[in-house]
Amino acid sequence: MSTCSVSKGCFVFKPNAKKRRLPEKTAHDFRSTSHDSEDTELRFVTCQSLWNQIKFETEQIQEDLNKQLLDNLVSFLSRSHSDFQEKTTKWTCRMKFREIPTAAVVLGVNVTDHDLTFRGLSDVLQDNITPYVALLEAKDCPAIKNLMQKLMGQLMNCDIEVDSLEDEDCVQVPQNRIRCSMLSLISWYESVTKKTDSGTPSKKRNSSSRHWQSPPVVVIFKDMESFTTKVLQDFIVISSQHIHELPLVLIFGIATSPMIIHRLLPHSVSSLLCIELFQSLSCKEHLSTIIDKLLLTSRFPFKLGEKVLQVLINIFLYHDFSVQNFIKGFQLCIVEHFYSQPLSVLCCHLVDLKKRVYSLSHAQCENIRRLPSFRRYVEKQESGKQIELLTNDSFLKKETERLLEDLYVYHENYVSILRCLHVFTSSLPKYPLGKQIRELHCACLENQVWETEEYESSLQLARMLNKTDLVSMLQQCVEILTSSSGKEFDKTVEKLKEFLTQFQNLEVAEASQERDVSVSSQKELQKKTDLYHLQKTLLELKESRRSKKLTKFEMLRFEVVDYIDRLVRKYLVPADNRTLHEIVYFNAATVLRGHLNAAPRTALHTALNNPHRYLKAFSTVVMAGEEPNADAASSDQVDDIIHARFIRAVSELELLGFIKPSKQKTDHVARLTWGGC
Amino acid sequence: MPNLEHPAYPAADLLHLESLVPCRESQVSMLLSIFGERQQFSFPSIFIYGHTSSGKTYVMQTLLTTLQLPHVFVNCVEYFTSRLLLEEILIQLQSCSGSEQTSAVHCDSLNDFVRLFKQALAARELQDQTLYIVLDRAEQLREMEANILPAFLRLQELTDRNVTVVLLSEIVWELFRPNIGCFEPFTMYFPDYSIGHLQKILSQNHPPDYSADFYSAYINILLGVFYMVCRDLKELRHLAALNFAKYCEPVVRGEANERDTRKLWKNIEPHLKKAMQTVYLREISSSQWERLQHDGGEPGQLKGLSAHTHVELPYYSKFLLIAAYLASYNPVRTDKRFFLKHHGKIRKTNFLKKHEKTSNHLLGPKPFPLDRLLAILYSIVDNRVAPTANIFSQITSLVTLQLLSIVGQNDQLDGPRYKCTVSLDFIRAIAR
Repeated sequence: MSTCSVSKGCFVFKPNAKKRRLPEKTAHDFRSTSHDSEDTELRFVTCQSLWNQIKFETEQIQEDLNKQLLDNLVSFLSRSHSDFQEKTTKWTCRMKFREIPTAAVVLGVNVTDHDLTFRGLSDVLQDNITPYVALLEAKDCPAIKNLMQKLMGQLMNCDIEVDSLEDEDCVQVPQNRIRCSMLSLISWYESVTKKTDSGTPSKKRNSSSRHWQSPPVVVIFKDMESFTTKVLQDFIVISSQHIHELPLVLIFGIATSPMIIHRLLPHSVSSLLCIELFQSLSCKEHLSTIIDKLLLTSRFPFKLGEKVLQVLINIFLYHDFSVQNFIKGFQLCIVEHFYSQPLSVLCCHLVDLKKRVYSLSHAQCENIRRLPSFRRYVEKQESGKQIELLTNDSFLKKETERLLEDLYVYHENYVSILRCLHVFTSSLPKYPLGKQIRELHCACLENQVWETEEYESSLQLARMLNKTDLVSMLQQCVEILTSSSGKEFDKTVEKLKEFLTQFQNLEVAEASQERDVSVSSQKELQKKTDLYHLQKTLLELKESRRSKKLTKFEMLRFEVVDYIDRLVRKYLVPADNRTLHEIVYFNAATVLRGHLNAAPRTALHTALNNPHRYLKAFSTVVMAGEEPNADAASSDQVDDIIHARFIRAVSELELLGFIKPSKQKTDHVARLTWGGC
Repeated sequence: MPNLEHPAYPAADLLHLESLVPCRESQVSMLLSIFGERQQFSFPSIFIYGHTSSGKTYVMQTLLTTLQLPHVFVNCVEYFTSRLLLEEILIQLQSCSGSEQTSAVHCDSLNDFVRLFKQALAARELQDQTLYIVLDRAEQLREMEANILPAFLRLQELTDRNVTVVLLSEIVWELFRPNIGCFEPFTMYFPDYSIGHLQKILSQNHPPDYSADFYSAYINILLGVFYMVCRDLKELRHLAALNFAKYCEPVVRGEANERDTRKLWKNIEPHLKKAMQTVYLREISSSQWERLQHDGGEPGQLKGLSAHTHVELPYYSKFLLIAAYLASYNPVRTDKRFFLKHHGKIRKTNFLKKHEKTSNHLLGPKPFPLDRLLAILYSIVDNRVAPTANIFSQITSLVTLQLLSIVGQNDQLDGPRYKCTVSLDFIRAIAR
């Protein structure tokens, strides 16, 4: 059992009696705490469905990303014990030492993501290779005894699970009755494989279609680094002695580098293994894909503001490299947005928008009028319209619908143009606007990107691109724009194509012209002999070179860059400038930071500023220590909630370092938790 | 002329035995004379030690099975608790007797064991033949309860039956002897195989398709390359099997005949050297090696395990690790000088005390408190670092990744102390 608490203490685990009906409860929470009870139900439902979509999408992405790794592993596993199947009696097979096939899977330091990978892996293995997969964690295996217990428990249970669906008379062996030795594991394996061999036809079809006759037993060590050397060594030595009877395959989950194998295992043990290395995708690439698929798309109505995105990315890059945490953070943003913003009810797909806008209540209309971006918008309108907007609800609704649709279109266009701009900036030397599209995205959201120095310098650099690069970039842009769903890009695509044809036409003309220019100027130079004239012509020549250097290609290049610049200025307006952006963009970075970047020191300061609460708890501890009898006597009447709060306060105090369990006598925490003395 | 002679056993068996244990004849004959005849009481306990793969287990097993002596063979690593070990011995005893599958044995203590042991022996009707209990990897016994090892050493006396316990181990008896003293077993040493022995043993089982001489020449070359680094018979045999196909290549292609030793040597030698750097060190696995051989590719294409040393870490984790390294290898007194802007003047002479002049890298990392780590972190990171919980949790995750290690007990009030466990090269790679 584990808890999410950071403090040490005693925790009570009650068996979960029934599945709680969580959704209703949360919906209720949404309602009870928000001040204006506007559309809370609907907001909650929207939030849920949106999150479900996103969750499905992320799982899909992760599956795709891990596919390569899993495929490799599966092929390795199916290869690993092929000679076990054939039972070859060839000379080499007899002479060779039977090593345990081992896959060292390097997964990177983002340990929180590994769980998902391993779950996917064991699912895939169970589907394709073998039903016998055991997942071991270091914290469950402090000694070889525990490891064997855990291993056998998992393996034998998995078999029972499979079997119990089909026949009821399988022998259910209670776990503590089995001797935890390799021999019993082997006899179990033999009985299981034999059973499937001589099973009924229906059973055989089931097993032989997916697994072989003697499927390997896969043991996955989730966190190789944390296992103690001795446990691993003993396990490997034992299993290598029985590799002939039990086709074992080990999978080491490695977070740092494969060198850890050599550090943990001496040569005498590592020589028993046949280690192959597998590497998963780097977490940065993983994140890029997630951002690309979740944020830079118009499929989801919900958007992240610049600061929020920056916070999430910073946590990822600076702290944990964990894609799971990033997605959790994203989820938090969604929930927070739908919870705190009453107008988030309008943050939905375009199809539902009209209905929702027209069913807005008056209070919600007032909410719209209070939005800063809307007020800015109103101020720009002529006075007649202003009054209409501020007083007439139905007019407001019509306007809102239009504005939201604009916002939707804006976003669609934004993404396409962003990708185009990224094509250019990602190939520039030194990447003034960042290499990754997420950096560019942040820069564009932050403020008007064309006013920044980095943009200026990247345009400068873009004006120096060579022709082949430029042409290929333009082609990429054309592809992006044609595949985008935005409707406004027909003209743009045409223009870009025109550029492309112009580039093609240039090739011949350009070369000849260049030669002409140089020849004529040379001739002129030869004619003059006068020093003054010579100087003058040289100066002229220099001048002309400076201006005339613009060949046709260069002119065209300027044109292209200017055109891109115009597109950027038109479409990459920061979202903050758009009217009603508050409805779809979540921008409360401080809230998010408060949730995700816990600062113990700040907590300590508030505790010291408001010591009342803590002192009260402290005095209770002291009192309890002094008068244990009184406490025990009155413990019958103690309210459960107060009791729980007290224990929690004690563990908080312990965490903050104000109190500390002593080792001399039964410490307060234990005594108070267990009651009595 | 057979070396092994014993009146109690038929000569044919002895001859067969001798062929099975090459280069270990003297040990076997010694053991035989200790064992004596079947009914004779032997030494209560015999302790056999010798380096890895010097044939201890193999010799014992062949000896006991060829002569059909009643015995029980148990590996102490596999039966890691005393209970499992004792029960396993009893189970083997019962199953050997050929009686019907008995119910699960329960044996929690040595007392039970002695009782059940007598019962089992009675059931087996050995007619007073000596029973041998062989405990392989006996060094594990030291980690079990204190009474296990002394009791096994005098099991003959405790059970009052004709039984001999043989302990096999890689370490010397002096490391076994308990403080309270015990019955001294008869100790026996198995020396390492010499290069000649290895040659003889390895050449013995040559592949059926090729002549013994041809294979023997191959083994000679193999030993020439590997004998310097590896004397493990099992490992050598494995390597021999792995690379033999390559050795035969010129013969198969008809470029050389079996006697063309020089040509064959030229072909195989670089290959073996490469194998020493890769397969032998488990840089690449033997199946990968075989596939490479089969495809005729260069081993350079496959990166070994140690090629993947680079570890990608989050931004602050990198700095934390660097700070930890600095804290581990710099004396505390130098902190002020290195990490403070206005550290004042320091006299150059005698700044370092004498004992500090020895390289800190030779001395290994020193523990440092958490506060020092954080102070160094704040001074080496350019911008301000907020001391959030994320930073602290990163320290913990570095500990779980075994890049840092925690020293002493985990006490909230005293503040934890850490050590940096990574090498300078690693830090250099990170700091880049």
